[in-house]
Order: sequence, then C-alpha cells, then structure tokens
Amino acid sequence: MWLVPKQIETLWTLFTAPVVWAAHFLVCYIGAAIYCAKPELVGLSFSAVRAGIAAATVIALSLIALSAWLAWRQWGLGTDDPPHDDPTRRDRTLFQGFATLLLSGLSFIAVIFTAMPALFLTECIR
Amino acid sequence: MSAAVKERSPEEYKAQEQRLRAVWANPTGWRYWTSVNNYQIGLWYGSAAFAFMLFAGVLALLMRLQLAVPDNDFLSADLFNQAFTLHGTVMMFLFAVPIFEAVAIFLLPPMLGAREMPFPRLGAFSFWSFLLGGIFVCGSIFFNAAPSAGWFMYPPLATDKEFSGIGADIWLLGLSFIEVASIAAAVELIVGIMKCRAPGMRINLMPLFAWYLLIVAGMILFAFPPLIAGDLLFEMERMFDWPFFDAARGGDPLLWQHLFWIFGHPEVYIIFLPAIALMAMIVPTFSQRPIVGYSWIVLAAVGTGFLSFGLWVHHMFATGLPQISLAFFSAASEAVAIPTGVQIFVFIATMLAGRVIFSTPMLFGTGGLAIFVIGGLTGVMVALAPFDWQAHDTYFVVAHLHYVLIGGMLFPVVAGLYYYYPLIDAKKLSDGLGRLAFWLMFCGFNIAFFPMHLNGLRGMPRRVFTYPAEIGWNWLNLISTAGAFIFAAGVLVVVFDVLRPKHRQPRGEFNPWNAGTLEWISEPEENWGVRSIPIVRSRYPLWDQKDLARKVNEGRYYLPDAEEGWREGLVTTVLDAEPVQVLRVGGTSHVTIVSALSLGGAFIALTFHWWIATALAAIICFCAVIYWLWTGTGEIPEKPEKDVGLGLSLPLYASGSDSVGWWAMFITMVGDGTAFASLVFGYFFYWTIHANFTAGIAGPDAVWSLVAASLFAAAWGLMVAARTVNRRGATATMRGLLVLSLLTTVAASATGLAAPLSPGMDPTRHVYPAIVWILVIWVLAHAALGTVMQAYCLARSLAGRLTPKHDLDLGNVVLYWHFLLIAAVTTFAIIGLFPAAM
Repeated sequence: MWLVPKQIETLWTLFTAPVVWAAHFLVCYIGAAIYCAKPELVGLSFSAVRAGIAAATVIALSLIALSAWLAWRQWGLGTDDPPHDDPTRRDRTLFQGFATLLLSGLSFIAVIFTAMPALFLTECIR
Repeated sequence: MSAAVKERSPEEYKAQEQRLRAVWANPTGWRYWTSVNNYQIGLWYGSAAFAFMLFAGVLALLMRLQLAVPDNDFLSADLFNQAFTLHGTVMMFLFAVPIFEAVAIFLLPPMLGAREMPFPRLGAFSFWSFLLGGIFVCGSIFFNAAPSAGWFMYPPLATDKEFSGIGADIWLLGLSFIEVASIAAAVELIVGIMKCRAPGMRINLMPLFAWYLLIVAGMILFAFPPLIAGDLLFEMERMFDWPFFDAARGGDPLLWQHLFWIFGHPEVYIIFLPAIALMAMIVPTFSQRPIVGYSWIVLAAVGTGFLSFGLWVHHMFATGLPQISLAFFSAASEAVAIPTGVQIFVFIATMLAGRVIFSTPMLFGTGGLAIFVIGGLTGVMVALAPFDWQAHDTYFVVAHLHYVLIGGMLFPVVAGLYYYYPLIDAKKLSDGLGRLAFWLMFCGFNIAFFPMHLNGLRGMPRRVFTYPAEIGWNWLNLISTAGAFIFAAGVLVVVFDVLRPKHRQPRGEFNPWNAGTLEWISEPEENWGVRSIPIVRSRYPLWDQKDLARKVNEGRYYLPDAEEGWREGLVTTVLDAEPVQVLRVGGTSHVTIVSALSLGGAFIALTFHWWIATALAAIICFCAVIYWLWTGTGEIPEKPEKDVGLGLSLPLYASGSDSVGWWAMFITMVGDGTAFASLVFGYFFYWTIHANFTAGIAGPDAVWSLVAASLFAAAWGLMVAARTVNRRGATATMRGLLVLSLLTTVAASATGLAAPLSPGMDPTRHVYPAIVWILVIWVLAHAALGTVMQAYCLARSLAGRLTPKHDLDLGNVVLYWHFLLIAAVTTFAIIGLFPAAM
C-alpha cells in the first residue's frame, strides 16, 4: 500500500483538517471577491465561479476525509475508547488520533457551510 | 532511583534548599521592581490590567449617567466621544488581553511543573511596555486629548486631523506598542507550553488551560500583525499624508476595516478562550472528577481558533460587499457556534457526572456561562446578514457584545480570582462577600444590558451622546443606568475583598479546594515555582500520584539544587515531554525596564512629532537590547552537561531547532511574516478596486527589482554557507562569508531603493506609489536589522562567544534570513513584475 502515507509522529497533523478548511475558505472568498470586482478579467460567467467553488469543495472534502481516515488509523481504528489518559506513548498517540478525527469532522461540516452560499447565489449582487 | 537522594544528610538538604532559594530570591528595596520572576510579573501585570479595567468602568458609568435621562448635558458630546472610545479601547487592549497574559505568566510555570517561563526577561519587558503604553493611552483623557473616533478608529473620520486631533495618534502609537508586548507574550507562551513542561507530561496529559493558551498564543500571532500593518498604514497617512485610506487619491477606507477586523474578530476569541480555560480548571475541581471529554475540549479550542479567522467580514455586512462574500462569512459565523457549544456541553456533562460543590468560583463561572449563552444566541442572530442590516450600529449590538464579553470573560475571570487567590496569598477570599458580589453583578448586569436589546430594536444608535425625550427610549435607558450602578457595586465588593487587610486571617491550608493539577503544589512564600521538577504521570497528578507533593517538596525529583548559581529549568520534547536540556534563564535585571521604557519613549515622542527625542529614545532602546542580548543570551556554559538528579545528565547548551531561542525566533518571524502578508494583501486589494491600478503612474523599474531580489538571494546563500562552514570548524571562512553577506545586503538594499526611486514615484500623489513604497520600506528595514544581526554574529565570533559547537546566534540569524529572503523576493517580484503582467 505505497499510496497510503506512513504514520508520522508530530503535533502538526492535528491541524491538517482545519488548515484545509482555511485554504478552502480563502479560495472561495478571494476567488468570488476578485470575480465580482473584475468580472472582465477572466471573461467567464458567475456559473463558472460556482463550478469552481464546487470543485474546490470536492477537493477539500476529499482531503479532510483522507485526514480523518489517517486519524482513525492513528486512533487504532477506533478500538480504544477515550479518555486516553495513561502516561504512555500509546495513549498519547490514540489521543492525537481521536482529537484529529474530531477536528476532521468539524472541518468537514464547516467546509460544507462555506460552500452552501454558492448553491443559492447566482450573481454578484451587492 | 532514590538511593542517591536518601544518602543526603539533613545538612546537605538544607544547603541545597538555601542555594535554590538564594538563586530565585527577589531583590529587596526599590530593586524589587527589577524582578523578572513569573510570580511578580504575573501579579503586577494582572493588577495593572485590573486597574485599567476599573478606570474604563468609571468611564462607562459616566456614559450611563449622561444617557440616564433625555437631553442631558452632564457630558459634552466631545467628552462623551472620548469616554466611549477609551472605554472600548481600554477594556479590549488594556484589560481583556493582558489579564490573560498575566494569568498565564503567573500560572503556567507551576501548572506545567516548570520553574519559570523560558524567557522571563521578555515577560518583564512585555509588562513594562504594557504599563507605559497603557498609562499613556489612559492619561490622554485628562488632557482632553483622548482618541474619540470609536475603538475601531474608522477612517475617514479618524484620519481627518481636524476631527480626530492628536487622540488618533495616541491610539495608534500607544496601542502598536502594546501589540508588540502581546506578541512578546505569545512567543513566551508557545515556547513555554511546547518545550518546558515537566518530564512525562505528554500532550495527552497537559492541563486544558495549557491547551487553550497554546491555541490563543497562536491566534495572537496571526491576529495582531494585520492590525500592526494597518496601524503602520494609518500612521503613514496621518503623519506623512500617504493616501492609503483617502478615496480621492485611490485609497480606500475599507482596507482599514478589513485589517482591523481580521484582528478584531479573532480578538474576541483570544479573550474568550482563556476565560473558558479557567472554567476548564475550575469545573473538574468542584465536580471532584476529571473533565468529561478532554479530547472534545481540544477539538473545541483548536476548532474555534481556526474558524474565528473566517468571521471578520460579519462586522462589515453593511458596507456593500458582494452578497456572496457576506454569505461565506455568515456561514462561518454560524459554524463557530458548534465548537463553542461543545465546550459548554462538556462542562455540563462534567458537572452531571460528578458531585458539584457550589462554591463562589462555580457561582461566577456558571452565572457567566448563562450570560454568555444569551450573548451567543443574539450572536447567531446578528451573524445573519439580513438581521444584521436592521440591528447594525444599534444598541442591540452593544447588548450582544457585552453579554458575550462580560459573560464569557469578566465573570470567569472573577471566578478565577476567587479560585486562584490562595496561590497569591495562601488565604481564601471571603465566601460571603463573593456571593454578595456575584448577585450584585449578575442582577446588575442583566438590568443594565437586557434593556439595550429592546432599545436597539427601537432604533437607538450606538454612540449618540443624548436623545430627545419623545423618541421612546427614556425608561429603558434609566433602567440600564440603574443596573450599571448595581453592577459596579458588585465589582466594588470584589475590589474590597481583594484589598482588605488579611493579616489576621490564619494561613490557609495547602490546596484548599482539593484540586488535582500541579499549580497547587507551589507555595506563595517561595519564589522558585517548584522545589524540584516532578515526573508527571496523570492529567490530575495531585489526585492520582499520592505522594507527589511530598516528594516534590522534599526535593526528590529533578534539579533540587542550584550549585552553579543559575536559575534553571528543564527543556522537554514536544509530544512526550522527555527531558533533553537544562535551560538557564535570565535573572533579575534593569535592562528589561530600560529597553521597555526607551521603546515606549520613542513611540510617545513620535506621537508628538518630537523627532530628536524619538531618535534618542530609539538609540537608547537599541543599545539596551544589544546589551541584553550580549550579556544575557547564548551564554557558553562552563561544562557541557550537568547532573539533574535521579541519575540523569543533560546538556546545558543547544542550538538550531533544538534550542528554545530558535523557536522564539521562528514564532516571532511567523508573526512578522503575517504583518508582511497583510501589506501584500493591501497591494492586491487596491488592484481589485481600481479599473486602472497604477493610475498611469510609472511603476518600479523591473530590472532594478530583479537585481535586488537576486542580491538578497545571494546574501541569504552566503549566510547559509557561513553557518555550514562554521559547523565544520572553519571560523575564518565563516567570518569572511559574514562580511561578504553584509556587503551584499547593503548592495541589495541600495538597488531595492533604486527600484521605486528611479521612476520618481511620489507616495503622497496616489495610493499606488504609496503601497509600493511601504512594501519596499518594509524589506529595507528588515534588511537593516539583518545587517545588525550579521555584525552581531561577527562580533560574537571575534569575542569567542560564537564557536563551531556553540552557534546558537548564527543559527537564529540564518533562520531570520530565511524569512527575509521570502519577504524580499516576494516584494520585488510583485512590485517589479505584477503591473507589467496585468
């Protein structure tokens, strides 16, 4: 399974899913803001912006799902329930996995929230 | 393992204790104020913040008196403007944020089982900066010169010198100075929490307070720099007429709103999360059980930290941005309710699962949360753009923000005060007075602020200094005023309880609330934090490790002694807290006060355009900082390792990413990079709002720009090479490379200057040359600092304080250069190539 990344031990993996949320948020906001300020620049219709947001959303959700799966693996595939409070490396890893999984869930929902305006708005009204 | 310890004779043990006490002792007399110990700094910091709060509270009472009856003339319109501006500014910048830096500096070391924060002198510097800046800003009202344009200082009102006077400068410079102090505190907190926990305190065992503070410090790092960048643009406009916010010359007031609220909204959570962190310590203690859902709290802290950066435009719903933009921010504003709610449910679950003792801290905590929930619900309402268009700038918003801030921050702070007071004085505050204070504050608060919702819905705008009798706001305003005074009476009871003499009260018991976390080991009489640094095996070590307190106080763990006369702590790994280094921290010193006061002097002189005084103060500050660095950092130890007890020997020196100094530089530069990114954002912002961005003005020369970028890259390459050859022992080559890199940097700066200079770009003519110039100045100022660092390394090497094995300074400077390279290449690529590409 060379496709699946190896388990890495660092604090930073905790932030993967929220970082994806932030990137997705910025892409949507900046993309739409530039389009509404300079529609002539790209010469596309607003539907293209909505399609772009849809594509960014699919990519973001897939990345978050991947991060969630990796977190689930770090959590020992869900075999050990919290509180993960033993003074061992194993419990520390399980804690990281579980917390990362929770954050992936929140980020997944937040990305969907961000994308929803594109379902309803069809032009750059002010 | 304790065999060696048992062999210690009572005399030896006494000697150890005395040495340790002497090393950590405070100076006496007036020199007491040169202390840098976290207990004193935390206490001073907190007391100063509290005093500022009382001052701003008095301003609020004056405003309530003015608004009590219609057509009142108790305050003039101008004084009313000053009062509400200063009230908001002081509460946000001088109370809400600093009080948590104070609590964190006071509590974190004992809570993490550390002796001290990693950079105690930086903490002291931060405090003195804060104190001076705060007094300066507050004092202005006594000279009728306080800022009066509202705490968010919107241009064009605040950039107009005729309407805003010197008050706006006082706001901008006084607060920029305090923002620097906040970032210094953030550096301290992040490094302290990540690297200085007691051995064994893995991240799954870390107290939740530390988790919250880690996230908050990270937020400060990304939230404050955009405001600093905004302040820079603002002050350039006020001082030198660079038209960043002047629409007539291509500027845009909305850029200020963006930069202010990119700071301003996360700021709300920067205030709220530490308060909730206090609750996360208090609730388990009074439920007498571990918190339910530790990981969920971590989820909530991290989630809120991120989402709070996607909310800023909800303060700008009424500015005419495209609806799709508003909708993105509306969506994120609703999403942030999820992690916020999770925390509250975790507390409720913990209380349900345990047996709750309804003590005074719990009363304040739960009462505050009830108020906060109401504010949160009105928050969900105003997060919806159509509702906001109705409520915007009315008293509904005033009510909402006070429910959130007082419920989510002030009440938990008072809870924390009642809870942690025994750590300051070994005595409890009065339970009876506490309950009286709570009910006065709780009732007074609701009587004062609930009617404001109704007045807001009846159309009363914020910031009006009076109103006509027939408009229908009379009774509600009178009730609000009465409530405000009841609330103030409650606050006064708390102040009395803290200040009343307690010498007749006997010393309280050890750990009076039977709490489970480490901070309760520390004794107020001792300055050393912990007698010996323990090994932690639980989230609630005092509950689960039965004889921990006794063994710590008998000096049976790490570093029970200070043989060499240094203040020492342990550095541990980020994830598993394995001890890796002994960290020697700076002790008592004047240099922190001198550098903070001279930096403050420079900012204050700048406000009044006293150029010579500014230059003098800046030079003093520069010399003080260099002296501080030279004498107090990167010291080469007398031996490579030392025995820390329990059979463990650890190195005394680390460089590169193993050292705490490297982390501090990295964190500072991330904040610095965020400020730079905000300026770049400004450049592109102006591009989007104009059909013709350059307004026909000739841009920087592309060739000069590219040459400058290449020279900066060359200087960076030489720095990296210097570090590499130094590690191989080629000291002479390293010195040569440093000199070469310094000269290249000077050449790079000269060509960089030529880029906007050669086409004769005039920054006062239009915003395009102004934003180009500000980016170039940013890089050149950093390059100038870079040359100072290069010269410093050269001097250290010549003085024998920088060797192939002890290259901490060089490692940190190279790290600085990584960031400088990014800023220089980005700037010159953008200003040189972007206009042509468009």
